[in-house]
Amino acid sequence: MKSIAELEEIRKKALDKMGIRTNTEGYRVVVGMATCGIAAGARPVMNAFMEELNKRGIKNTSVTMTGCIGVCRLEPIVEVIDPDGNKTTYVKMNAEKAVRVVTEHIVNGRVCVDLTIGSEEKK
Amino acid sequence: MRDLSLHLMDIVQNSIVAMSTRISISIAAYLESDELKIIVEDNGKGMDNEMLKKVTDPFVTTRDTRKVGLGISLFKASAERSGGYLDITSEKGVGTTLEAVFKINNIDRPPLGDVADTIAGVLVSNESLHLALTLSRDDEMFSFDTEEVKKMLDGVPINEYEVLNWIKGYINEGINVTFGGVLNEINS
Repeated sequence: MKSIAELEEIRKKALDKMGIRTNTEGYRVVVGMATCGIAAGARPVMNAFMEELNKRGIKNTSVTMTGCIGVCRLEPIVEVIDPDGNKTTYVKMNAEKAVRVVTEHIVNGRVCVDLTIGSEEKK
Repeated sequence: MRDLSLHLMDIVQNSIVAMSTRISISIAAYLESDELKIIVEDNGKGMDNEMLKKVTDPFVTTRDTRKVGLGISLFKASAERSGGYLDITSEKGVGTTLEAVFKINNIDRPPLGDVADTIAGVLVSNESLHLALTLSRDDEMFSFDTEEVKKMLDGVPINEYEVLNWIKGYINEGINVTFGGVLNEINS
């Protein structure tokens, strides 16, 4: 049985890690989490972002939620905002695509053009 | 919505949008009456009677970017389809309580789904929220409270990856202990 006392150990580890956290401004990942997003599978997408960022030790990228972005038919939708404030809107996301966005966009700075709303609308 | 945990996520988002700082979730199984009762209680801005009357209507929403609001109406339809009901009480400036009841052994009751994932998901971007979860089955009870966790963490953010992982594991254990063998999708 898990006990709340285990958090003490986790707290210590987290404090050690926080010491080496860089203060440079990072990316922001915003996942649409309204009825439409949730029904389309936004929760696993958010999880995939969290896991991949943790796996790669990326600490200065935040993952947050927002409501309905307004194009429900393209959910799950994820907005990635770079440190300069440029926003990329990814549509019809899933866990695999989320991993790709972390690797290509957040780590290497290359937008995954084929997953963006612009490219989807051209189809 | 595929399962109850996704409905729950949706309803909790409503509470957050209504500026709640405290949300209590209770999931309780009553074996005698074959009922699974989900209650979400918040201290958000609440609704007046007029809004309350029409809030389960899919063509009513507080948003102005679109004209439909499906969250509550889908949850209601889901409860009614499985022989249950959905009830909302609210007071402006005080908060809102939503109660959804499902017949446990009705073939149309959606599975519980990943409640732990829902709770962790909510905490990712709402770290200052006071969230309490109670799971119960007749005399068995499990509870989780973010305030207790925060006390232990002593300043470390609750949305740290490892902390969220622990929370998920903790809640999953609670679900297995409380609902294992009671809800047929959860093994005892």
